[in-house]
Amino acid sequence: MMVDLSAIAAAMPFLMKGLLFTVQITLVGVTGGVVFGSLLAVARLSQNRILSALSGAYVNLMRSIPLILVIFWVFFLVPWAIGWVTRSARPVAVGASLTIYVTFVLFEAAYYAEILRAGFRSISPGQYAACAALGLSKLNTYIYVIFPQAIRNVLPILLTQTISLFQDTSLVYVISATDLLGAASKIAQRDGRLVEMYLTVGVIYFVFCYTASQLVKRLQGRLAYGTR
Amino acid sequence: MSLLFEPTPDGAGRYYDWILNGLGWTLSLALGAWTIALVVGTLVGVARTLGSGILPKLGRVYVETFRNVPLLVQMFFWYFVLPELLPARIGLAIKQMEPPWASFVPALICLGLFTAARIAEQVRAGVQALPAGQTQAAFALGLSRTRMYRLVLLPQAFRIILPTLTNEFMTIFKNTSVALTIGLVELTATAREINENTFRTFEAFGVVTIVYLVIALLAWQLMQRIERAAQLPGFASGISRT
Repeated sequence: MMVDLSAIAAAMPFLMKGLLFTVQITLVGVTGGVVFGSLLAVARLSQNRILSALSGAYVNLMRSIPLILVIFWVFFLVPWAIGWVTRSARPVAVGASLTIYVTFVLFEAAYYAEILRAGFRSISPGQYAACAALGLSKLNTYIYVIFPQAIRNVLPILLTQTISLFQDTSLVYVISATDLLGAASKIAQRDGRLVEMYLTVGVIYFVFCYTASQLVKRLQGRLAYGTR
Repeated sequence: MSLLFEPTPDGAGRYYDWILNGLGWTLSLALGAWTIALVVGTLVGVARTLGSGILPKLGRVYVETFRNVPLLVQMFFWYFVLPELLPARIGLAIKQMEPPWASFVPALICLGLFTAARIAEQVRAGVQALPAGQTQAAFALGLSRTRMYRLVLLPQAFRIILPTLTNEFMTIFKNTSVALTIGLVELTATAREINENTFRTFEAFGVVTIVYLVIALLAWQLMQRIERAAQLPGFASGISRT
């Protein structure tokens, strides 16, 4: 079978549109995931037993079920939940992209929470004691002292998780969204160009993820040198 | 959860039969792929520690390729693309396999080789975590390279990487859900089908969510037992989990 390069060239603008959405999901996922994940991690480490147990249950639940299942859950639940909040009689239709953003923030937060928890625990107890001695509030302790150091300690792992988030976005295919893979599969099915389309997106994903993982590796070396 | 005991539209059974059927495919796919992944992953991981020559480079190409392309794209490769690239007669034979096998076999190969790349990295880390004295002692005893890996290095490396292998083992059950995109009716696809037939979303997805939780718990328990039984004195906590 011959690979038709002109078909790939013709599909490029549409694929790039898909890639843009893939990047958007990644950005929303990493921003929302790190913010919500930090809250979960702080809750997990808190003295309050109920808070800690709730956070632990959430993280373990999310980490035990497949992302595709979470995508389906949110896809069916969000319209219903919005309907409930706005007190309308029927579920409210929402766009696929909102569903996807919500899913990725909820799901990735569980993974970021575990990484950040390791980061928080890598900070010596003396730091907390020093902050208390300086009269910093709990919130300020985390914002100004603990968080910046914790992030630095786990930065390579956070970034590696983000690369896998970037790859995971391809799963939005199951609700027919038009991300990079979704765009490719739509053209593949319309024009019967399965081979060209799937090989092309495979190469695009590879280039992005390989480059990013090499950069993370380099950063890791530099951070390790700085701290030891 | 009364849904489970209601008859299915095809009249052949009740909904719990569907769930059990989906569970069967999820478990077979996960355990089959895990076997492939352990064998291939060990070979590739060992190849990466061989120092010089072409093998470590090939091992690196394998790992980077399988780790930097999303699992779903790999699934499509084995299912849609490969039969087209092979000689027409073989490609056709693959496409004409009986229904569950036509998606199960590509999914099995895909998930096995995908997970192998991740296991390979761990095996490499495990072997490299061993003191150089182990290799030197094995050489001094006159062991061949094969026997050195089989008798000295790998048994220790595996015990060191058990905690990270636990993670991978739990992940493979979740990753089987990606096979629904090529038509395998495993657990998640079963939930979707029940929902489409009954519109009882909470029950359909709730049951399957609980099944995944139980699988995760059992897989974790199993690995904890193995970890405790195989713990290596002096390496008690394993290599860094992060």
